[in-house]
Amino acid sequence: MTTFFDVVAAICMITGSLLALVAAIGQVRMPDLLSRTHPATKPQVLGLGLVLLGVALRLREPEAFGLLALVIIFQLVTSPVASHMIGRAAVRTDNRGEERLVVDELSEDRPQGRADEGDVPDQR
Amino acid sequence: MSDRQSPSGRRRRVRSVWPSMVPLAVVWCLLWGEFSLFNILAGALVGAVVVIAFPMPPLHLHLRPRPVALAVLVGKFVVDVVVSSVRVAWTTLRPGASSLTNAIVRVELATPSDFVLTVVAQMTSLIPGSIVVDVHRARHTLYLHVLDVNSAEEADEFRKRVLEQEERVVAAIGGYAHDIDERSDRPVREGGTKR
Repeated sequence: MTTFFDVVAAICMITGSLLALVAAIGQVRMPDLLSRTHPATKPQVLGLGLVLLGVALRLREPEAFGLLALVIIFQLVTSPVASHMIGRAAVRTDNRGEERLVVDELSEDRPQGRADEGDVPDQR
Repeated sequence: MSDRQSPSGRRRRVRSVWPSMVPLAVVWCLLWGEFSLFNILAGALVGAVVVIAFPMPPLHLHLRPRPVALAVLVGKFVVDVVVSSVRVAWTTLRPGASSLTNAIVRVELATPSDFVLTVVAQMTSLIPGSIVVDVHRARHTLYLHVLDVNSAEEADEFRKRVLEQEERVVAAIGGYAHDIDERSDRPVREGGTKR
């Protein structure tokens, strides 16, 4: 049974590492800023989750589980905020890669790339 | 806020410390690796200091968590994350990355709730292939940049998937318009079936 868990742990860690590698390759291959944000922020979340799962299966210590769970929870909470801030900055500085957009409904609504003009200004 | 001066407002503020303090104490214990009495007390103290020193705007939530719908939401979410991760990985690795086409899609959510808007935005962002580039809070509208979209039909399909996601969120946690009329318990839109 121990060997079985070790094998599963190894598979999880290798798959997770490969996903992180894909994220890095994406930084080189993707054509514009917004396209690059996708491989940078998301396959890597699943990759980190798999690596942590592998670590948990290998350690098999309950004390470590809580800490590993915290790592992935904070990743899940912060990663969308990070990608949103980059995306928002990209759109507002006119780096949205227009020539590659088949649909651009933000420009239809707000040509300057700002969606929140006239929005409720409180609680920000 | 005017209720900051009144005694009932202060009491409400003190009571509102608890929901943030308890999770912070749990996090503190997890970081130290054990739930000893000393860690719990120290965590509660640090949590109280954090909550009082960095007060957040009050949230008026009327949540009705439903276990089955919540399980459906989480299960579908995990499947979505895995499937989309593979898709984005393939988009990254396949030949011809320079001919890639994307879209910025507007999604008008049906629920006039800041909380539902936040949860949907957060979950949609975590599913690879889409990021929230802008939000219109008053119209509860999300603008999402979607990777690898080839036609307007595919953009519509994506919009439908986000709205389905919203339905699952509302079914799982309830979607009251707490920020519009916090005293009324009248649901603006019933999500899911009544049980």
